[in-house]
Amino acid sequence: MGKVVLKLGKDISTDDIYPGRFMATVLPAETPQFCFYDRTEFNARLKTKAVPPGSVVVADENFGCGSSREQAASALKGHELVVVARSIARIFLQNSVNLGLNLIICPTVEASEGDDMEVLPGKVVNRTTGKEFGTVPLAPARQAIIDAGGLIPFTRKRLRAGS
Amino acid sequence: MGMTVVEKILARAAGLEAVKAGDVVEPKVDLAMSHENAALVINQFTEIYEGTGREARPWDPSRIAVIFDHRVPAEGPKTATNQKLIRAFVARHGIGKFHDIRGDRGGICHQILPEHGYVRPGCVVVGTDSHTTSHGALGAFAFGIGATEMASVWALGVVLNVEVPSTLKVVVTGCFPPHVGPKDLILHLIGRLTAQGANFRVLEFHGDTIRKMPVSGRLVLCNMSVEAGATSGIVPADEETARYLREEAGVEERIEGVAPDAEAVYERTVEIDVSELAPQVACPHTVDNVKPVDQVAGRPVQQVVIGSCTNGRLDDLATAAGILQGRKVAEGTRMLVFPASGRIYAQALEAGYIREFLKAGAVVMNPGCGPCLGVHQGALGDGEVALATTNRNFKGRMGNPKSEVYLCSPSVAAASAITGVITDPRKGGQ
Repeated sequence: MGKVVLKLGKDISTDDIYPGRFMATVLPAETPQFCFYDRTEFNARLKTKAVPPGSVVVADENFGCGSSREQAASALKGHELVVVARSIARIFLQNSVNLGLNLIICPTVEASEGDDMEVLPGKVVNRTTGKEFGTVPLAPARQAIIDAGGLIPFTRKRLRAGS
Repeated sequence: MGMTVVEKILARAAGLEAVKAGDVVEPKVDLAMSHENAALVINQFTEIYEGTGREARPWDPSRIAVIFDHRVPAEGPKTATNQKLIRAFVARHGIGKFHDIRGDRGGICHQILPEHGYVRPGCVVVGTDSHTTSHGALGAFAFGIGATEMASVWALGVVLNVEVPSTLKVVVTGCFPPHVGPKDLILHLIGRLTAQGANFRVLEFHGDTIRKMPVSGRLVLCNMSVEAGATSGIVPADEETARYLREEAGVEERIEGVAPDAEAVYERTVEIDVSELAPQVACPHTVDNVKPVDQVAGRPVQQVVIGSCTNGRLDDLATAAGILQGRKVAEGTRMLVFPASGRIYAQALEAGYIREFLKAGAVVMNPGCGPCLGVHQGALGDGEVALATTNRNFKGRMGNPKSEVYLCSPSVAAASAITGVITDPRKGGQ
């Protein structure tokens, strides 16, 4: 169970999640400080650890559109945020799978900031409103990468198998 | 069953007879491109090898390209240090397709790859940049990936678990009216499809307008296909592709194109007649917020930017210089010009365009991504408005979330620079 800490509209770009002027910072250990940097208040809450791990970001369609910058996924993951979005842009979805960001595709999700959300197999439950929303499972090819612990272990396994 | 161009390319690259949309394949990579974010790729690449007892060596250095363009010359010590680290990696592994910060061989990755003949029809190209879609202009299947995925490609030479995308067929007919061109076409299409209308899909371009369009225009279409969410845009290779590769990229070997089967299966077909198309402008803060120029004409602009991987090519500079000829950039408006590569800069110098820009009061900058991604070279002040030939107008894109970016063609940009307000180039930039 996690609280909705940020409610977003559609077409949230990776520029919004991780502004271009911090792209010289690349390492996953360093990117979380710039997560949603221009949403000043939210960024301040993240930095002061006022957002507990497992907190939920709810977004409308096409979350993560735009730039392929992987910092967007690593910054969200660094704060252990759960993203529940109505739909997700391709490159961001793949980056999230590759890095192991907890990302849920939920085409009808409805929630307000402050609501308590629970992610269960096949559905998301808004405990505040009592409403349930079906989720779309990841394609098996993507799930396989998640199951391996991300693309780095997945690739490592393939390297070993090839020897 | 018939195959689309991308299905054919993926079948070949995966060593299969045939594939169809939805299949999962493992295509061999012909070219793997990165820019400054190679710093992260190197980090992830090294991590893959941890505990394997193997030396971290790329599968084939001849198939890797590294082009510095995002922050050139470096805007600060962090970028400079990343670039230094990448240079050392490139030297250690003998990566020949490396384009450092140079006036001769340097430039924006999506111009350098085509102009050096690194991309051929039928190739699988991946790049750690979302605008890698550009290279579909040469009949390749080219798509953007993240840094970790690139690290995996460097290790294995294949992209793991690729889902074959479905394809939208875009058929374009008619002749462009004066002052209307490929940028207006792609903005119009993005407006119609929306920012997510082609998510997980390929846009395959057809029609007599496309056949008559030079590669420079096709690059504009494929470059911005990603703004409709597309995995890639692609123009099936033809005589113009071969001409470009031979005459402009110096490719000597025979070029073989990949054409779709007559009975290829498309998700749907989108038809556009450009003969009545007006100049288009994408308004803040999404690329699909597209309007004909007359609906936004008169809006004051403090900065005009001509350049980027979308519209920094010689024909774009020729168009802008032609409109500026003898006129001045309006007081209160700054005009910045970024040629897409050193080669284009030199050609523009030779053709007199650069002198035209300087005389008009524009500032000509070094080739690179410039202010398009908001890192340096032309950030906006609070409340300022930019009009740019670039590809994204997201809030904060040009370095300041309290500013606005409108996107347009070089014609609209140049006409507007003269007046200081968004101007319909068909009505003149007086």
